[in-house]
Amino acid sequence: MRYPVTLHVNGTSYPVELEAGRTLLSVLRGELGLTGSKEGCDDSECGACMVLLDGQPVNSCSYLALQAADRQITTVEGLASGTELHPLQQAFLEHGGVQCGFCTPGMLISATALLTSNPDPTEDEIRAGLSGNLCRCTGYVGIVAAVQAAAAELAGAD
Amino acid sequence: MGGRFTSPTTLDDALVATADGHRPVAGGTDLVVGTRQGKWSLPEDLVALDRIAELRGIAETADGLRIGATTSHADLAGHRAIHERWTAIADAASIIGSPSTRHIGTLGGNLANASPAAETSGPLLCFGAHVQVRSTAGSRRIALVDLFTGPGRTALQPDELIVAVEVPELAGAGSCYVRLEFRQQMEIAVVGATAVVTLEGALVRDARIAITALAPTVRRITGAESFLVGTDGGPEAAAEAGRLAAEAATPISDVRASLEYRRAMAAVVVRRAVNGAIARALGEEVGIPASASLFGAR
Repeated sequence: MRYPVTLHVNGTSYPVELEAGRTLLSVLRGELGLTGSKEGCDDSECGACMVLLDGQPVNSCSYLALQAADRQITTVEGLASGTELHPLQQAFLEHGGVQCGFCTPGMLISATALLTSNPDPTEDEIRAGLSGNLCRCTGYVGIVAAVQAAAAELAGAD
Repeated sequence: MGGRFTSPTTLDDALVATADGHRPVAGGTDLVVGTRQGKWSLPEDLVALDRIAELRGIAETADGLRIGATTSHADLAGHRAIHERWTAIADAASIIGSPSTRHIGTLGGNLANASPAAETSGPLLCFGAHVQVRSTAGSRRIALVDLFTGPGRTALQPDELIVAVEVPELAGAGSCYVRLEFRQQMEIAVVGATAVVTLEGALVRDARIAITALAPTVRRITGAESFLVGTDGGPEAAAEAGRLAAEAATPISDVRASLEYRRAMAAVVVRRAVNGAIARALGEEVGIPASASLFGAR
């Protein structure tokens, strides 16, 4: 049985008809063509699928799409303003926070959630905030440095 | 007819759905993740609980706390009164999974999943918590100790929902939950222990000790508790309580640790939990989560 619902993603409303078992990630990628969020482990270990649901991080591979109806969803595609990168994205580029890039969308989303709740995190707090995201290139040093730089940039912008 | 999904905004509507065979999903951090891992199939018919406002929230009552079933781990971990008076619950809630797990996962789900390694179960058992349960047929109150009937098994009927958890206050008690972990985040307890102690002068007047991932269910160890009462709760007493708890543990070997290692470490984590609870009862600062604060403690 399919249910008509509306998904609000990055400020755009998408009417979709979904079966109960569909995961949010499969709908984002398959129906909406938003392929920034990645499928890594597909069971909430790796965080490559991380999106924001009403501002909080959620593993979209293991979240039912119907439960996300009428909530605000943010994917990595929603971070930049037009062609201007989000400070986190810019910092990831400048500090070598991107190696193969597969974990990057999820890292950026978790880092966004972290800096929203804690604009001036310590290194330990950054590592805890990103603990649901695995980088199999093991590029954590650059990633942590990028989050620190973005936090400083965002603080200076206020 | 399968594949039905409903997302009610009232508890009464949710109970009608469960009576009609729908299975509940809240954050899905066990139910949906388990299907992704191939542990089980998603139930045919689902009732989502995440839009029911009356199921969520933490209220202080005359006797203690009333925690709505879909209150998130993050809500518990960030609650001031829980930090101050039910500290072991904050220790536990703040180390469940990842930030995502803690925001999406719920207390009621953690209890209904009945994992022998569930972080919140030990602190709640020690505080003497009850769960409020509802179905269209009525309501009942189940002591948490009677809820867990085995690994992944509870006394709940298929049409019953946990709606809230009642947690008594133990005036003046110090409490602490510690887990042995191979890493500090995205971890499941290798073994865990809770201690809740009340002092009278320099001596322990009341003690509750529970073990996690050391038996088919999270359970209290009355032998270690009664030993601790009347002692000063100092290093030697804590070590003996740990030894007694380890002796009473019935761990298994699995992918995370062997039976022998778990039993050996039971003594260590129980000792640390007692140390932490005593320190907190004395008004000393032990950071939350205690697992990290007490790491390396003797």
